Amino acid sequence: MEIVRQIAWLLWKDLLLETRRRESLLAMFFFGTLLLFVFHFAIEIPPDRAAEMAPGLLSLAFVFTGTLGLTQLFQAERENHCLEALLLCPMDRGALYLAKLLFNFLLMLLIESVVFPLFWILFNLSSWGRLPHLLGVTLLGTIGFCALGTLFSAATLRARARELLLPLVLLPLMIPVLLATIRGMEIVLRGGESYELLPWLRLLIGFDVIFTTVGFLIFEWVVEA
Amino acid sequence: MAQTSQGKPRRVLGGLAFLFILLGLYFALIEAPPDAYQGEVQRIMYLHIPSILTAYLSFLIVFIGSCLFLWKRERRDDILAHSAAEIGVLFTGLTIIEGSIWGKPTWGVWWTWDARLTLTAILFLIFVGYLMLRSLVEDEDRAAICSAVLGIVGFIDIPLIHMSVYWWRTLHQPPSILRPDKLPWENIHPSMLIALSINFVAFVLLYFYLLSLRFRLGEMEEEAKRLKLYGGSAKLTAMSMSNGGA
Repeated sequence: MEIVRQIAWLLWKDLLLETRRRESLLAMFFFGTLLLFVFHFAIEIPPDRAAEMAPGLLSLAFVFTGTLGLTQLFQAERENHCLEALLLCPMDRGALYLAKLLFNFLLMLLIESVVFPLFWILFNLSSWGRLPHLLGVTLLGTIGFCALGTLFSAATLRARARELLLPLVLLPLMIPVLLATIRGMEIVLRGGESYELLPWLRLLIGFDVIFTTVGFLIFEWVVEA
Repeated sequence: MAQTSQGKPRRVLGGLAFLFILLGLYFALIEAPPDAYQGEVQRIMYLHIPSILTAYLSFLIVFIGSCLFLWKRERRDDILAHSAAEIGVLFTGLTIIEGSIWGKPTWGVWWTWDARLTLTAILFLIFVGYLMLRSLVEDEDRAAICSAVLGIVGFIDIPLIHMSVYWWRTLHQPPSILRPDKLPWENIHPSMLIALSINFVAFVLLYFYLLSLRFRLGEMEEEAKRLKLYGGSAKLTAMSMSNGGA
């Protein structure tokens, strides 16, 4: 499968760069942690309500951290005309899209798996058993975020005020993912029934499938423009 | 010259829109009875519902224009999408303001986070994002392509946003007219329905009139750019126009 090879090769390149330079990962991680602190100063989360407020605050932290990662996503390609070189290669543009999507997804997954326990520790929560399920819901949400985010990160690549434009364009479109992730996490945390959770999960999966497909098909026009 | 041949249908459209607006105002303010519960303030509905329906229509035209542009790469489709987005922002903004004015005496609040208001606000933000993307991306062709992508993605996203926000909460009355179980005319007093329909037609006519004006403006901007680029040479301008602006 040629395209799988291409995706693997591109992903390996980005991961190699990231492990060598570690710029995005560390910055995103510390930014996410910093946001948790800022939320606590802003909202003064009472200990008994921390579990209620966790889904909303965590999702917000991940959205902002993820946006940070997205603005950096094509940074490596902007130097030394790397993007043009990649486009000259006879490969499917969709492969580049999926590779970037996977790369951002992996970064966010790493950060989420550290920030979640950190939140639990900082706010003295006890429901550690729920963490895997929460991560599962967030995983679906993160895929959706990365699907649209990668597309618009490429679209705003040469725009002015890029760091402002990307969230402005992306966040309204992310509302279903945000709502579904937060409500899903809420249901998991209070031990709700699966029939409550299923519609939200279906929405997330539907969103992921639709926009990964749309991104895959449309990416070539966006990146070659 | 292209202008005079396109001018007449547009003027006719404008005249028709003006007539229907007057007719609609008469029916809305005088002919239609006041609401049983809300009294006279309910008459804002005759502006509010056509506004939002026209905004939805606008979004559809943005979608169609964006699809056509990505498929055929003709400048006209891009100008159409851009014009529809600008006017769509206008109508969506008006809807929100009208809704606020209606909400204060009836619900007691200027704003509430119920499903339909939130949806309309999100629609407004997506439109605004479209316009910002256009103005901040420097290269024009790139701006056209990227905003077309946003137009398409935004349109596909709307049903998903709709579902998620509705599941999240509902305070707004359930749809009175476009309900799945009853026919439109069973839910509303006939005279109110007539006033509403006339106003709806008036708004649609007004929308297309504004759209045609804005579209013409966009075409003239394109022409001006081409003239600047080719230094007023008629032959080169004609050649570039036959290429579709390539």
